[in-house]
Amino acid sequence: MSSIRCNDLCKTFEQGGETIVGLDHVSLSIEEGEFVCLSGPSGSGKTTLLNAMGGLDTPDSGRIQVGDAVLTDLSRGQLADMRLQNVGFVFQAYNLVPVLSARENVEFVMQVQGVDARQRSQRVQEVLAEVGLEGLESRLPAELSGGQQQRVAVARAIASKPKLVLADEPTANLDTRSAAQLMGLFVSLNQRGITFVIATHDSRVMGYARRLVKLQDGRMISDEAQEPTAMVV
Amino acid sequence: MNVGSRLAWRNLWRHSRRTWLTVGAMIFCNVLLVFMISLQLGSYGMMIDNSLGPFTGHAQIQHKDYLDDGKMRQSVPAAAALAQQVRGDIGLESVSARAVGFALASSEERSFGVQISGVQAAYEPLVSTLPGLVAQGRYLSESDNDAIVIGRVLATNLRATLGDEITFLGSGRDGSFAAGVATVVGIVDSGIDDLDRAMAHVPLGWFQEVFAMGDHGHQIVIRFADIDAVTPGLAALAPQLDLGDELVLLDWDALLPGLRQAITSDMASAWMMYGVLVLLVAFSVLNTQLMSVLERTREFGVMLALGMKPSRIARLVGMETLMMAALGLSIGVLGGAAVVAYLSVAGFHFPGMEEMASQFNLPDRIYPEVSALGLLWGPLTVFVMSVFAALYPALRIFRLRPVPAMRAV
Ligand SMILES: Nc1ncnc2c1ncn2[C@@H]1O[C@H](COP(=O)(O)OP(=O)(O)OP(=O)(O)O)[C@@H](O)[C@H]1O
Ligand SMILES: [Mg+2]
Repeated sequence: MSSIRCNDLCKTFEQGGETIVGLDHVSLSIEEGEFVCLSGPSGSGKTTLLNAMGGLDTPDSGRIQVGDAVLTDLSRGQLADMRLQNVGFVFQAYNLVPVLSARENVEFVMQVQGVDARQRSQRVQEVLAEVGLEGLESRLPAELSGGQQQRVAVARAIASKPKLVLADEPTANLDTRSAAQLMGLFVSLNQRGITFVIATHDSRVMGYARRLVKLQDGRMISDEAQEPTAMVV
Repeated sequence: MNVGSRLAWRNLWRHSRRTWLTVGAMIFCNVLLVFMISLQLGSYGMMIDNSLGPFTGHAQIQHKDYLDDGKMRQSVPAAAALAQQVRGDIGLESVSARAVGFALASSEERSFGVQISGVQAAYEPLVSTLPGLVAQGRYLSESDNDAIVIGRVLATNLRATLGDEITFLGSGRDGSFAAGVATVVGIVDSGIDDLDRAMAHVPLGWFQEVFAMGDHGHQIVIRFADIDAVTPGLAALAPQLDLGDELVLLDWDALLPGLRQAITSDMASAWMMYGVLVLLVAFSVLNTQLMSVLERTREFGVMLALGMKPSRIARLVGMETLMMAALGLSIGVLGGAAVVAYLSVAGFHFPGMEEMASQFNLPDRIYPEVSALGLLWGPLTVFVMSVFAALYPALRIFRLRPVPAMRAV
């Protein structure tokens, strides 16, 4: 259901008359239940690739299939539904809704999905505990530290139990202990069948992955299976 | 509260000063509109009452040529009997027969041309405001024969006081010479010189005798409970009357065509100004909502990215506007109602009003009318236009794409 097939993806950006390469003929298959890390230097195309896989942005050419859905054939409305129902996003700049409390931010996706209030609040409590934010539920994003906001963003991504989680630098603002805790959570969710694709240049994170994909200048330069070196705490 | 309205409400108070400025503009506009429209309606009501009250009434039965021509022989036969019949038909006592003529009125010292009305002493006070304005003496009674009530200015002109005799010379309905002498029993002061100069009421019977009218009169004057009852009242009355070929039933609009015209043209210019006012407020809403949509591009980008449909976000903006407009509406109506309620008791005066006032028999103080129309018309228009003005900012959301929107600053 949440396997990902990327075929020959190309994407360029125009900026100030210059053409910037985002993705350069990238082909990549990820099976359901995998735990993949995308790594590479800044500007190598990690975010661009995640956006394409999540149906957030359409490539200039190539084909993407997630489960049975060919994203490159879907309308904008269908893509929105696909994201809402199947994908949990952790954005690079956590991007919380500033007027909503931590609890309400986490609730947001479920609310848009139309989950009923009782079920929602139960789930929110659960998830906030999992990311270690008990007691901070009613704070607004501006009243939380960067790391705390990041964890709210993670909670928002997993609260609706998506089949696929796309996380962009989820540990960027976390100390080692919190990062390890978060990765532990990801691994345990992955063991329950959720597919993870994580863009990062944090070597601590790469240690949890069973597969490491490296990008450079929009090209895939390596794709290797590996034994996770990090221990889940 | 669902996620939409909760988000909308909090978004409003994110920039509370800006929101209050916009809501404030709505409130100001609403209070002004409520005040102006109520004042306008009040002044129309007074204009109508004061123009129709002294003489015209709400409707009249006349000879078909009398309105244009005004000759004595264009008369209504069996006037008192017809008046009595109409009273029965409409179930109201306020119907009175009148005969009107012109004569030279002479006191011991002076002579003046006057309009003299033969009236039914028992019914005239029910159709006209003048009998209630007797300043000296009394109004006519049913037992009077050669008695007369005159206006204050006419009394001054003739140097006549209560008990003086006034001689009338004129021509009768058949063209014959008419003459009579009546004793002044009352003097009316309406406060309006033009009226007080022309007014001379004598009993209908005496008038008919002096002016050789037989049982004829010139007007059967009808007054309904209020101006709104006129049209349905006449519609009910008309089929019951057999007026023949000679007589017609005319409403106040036919009797005083200038009045409605004056109201209509005054309304047209006022509506224009109100329109501009409402437009200004609508633009201020447009500006506020456009700004607030633009500065939330990033946030909307996130919502879109999470899978929320643009239509739902647009509805959010719509709801914010609706909330602002509802605040403006409720506070505006309350404020406007307070102002109008106060002025409906205290009255309102502005310089330069005297000219218009005298033209339509108005007092120089206007009392705004407290009515649902006056209170709600303006604010509801502002409400609708404000919501309408938010359409453009809301529609812009459909142009957002999640990734570029999230990258926006
Ligand atoms: N909307 C855009 N307009 C212009 N250029 C863009 C846009 N989005 C991405 N790029 C460019 O495309 C290239 C790939 O960007 P991308 O964001 O995918 O890199 P990244 O690997 O995620 O980098 P980082 O580690 O810094 O997040 C970069 O050179 C970037 O400048
Ligand atoms: Mg990136």
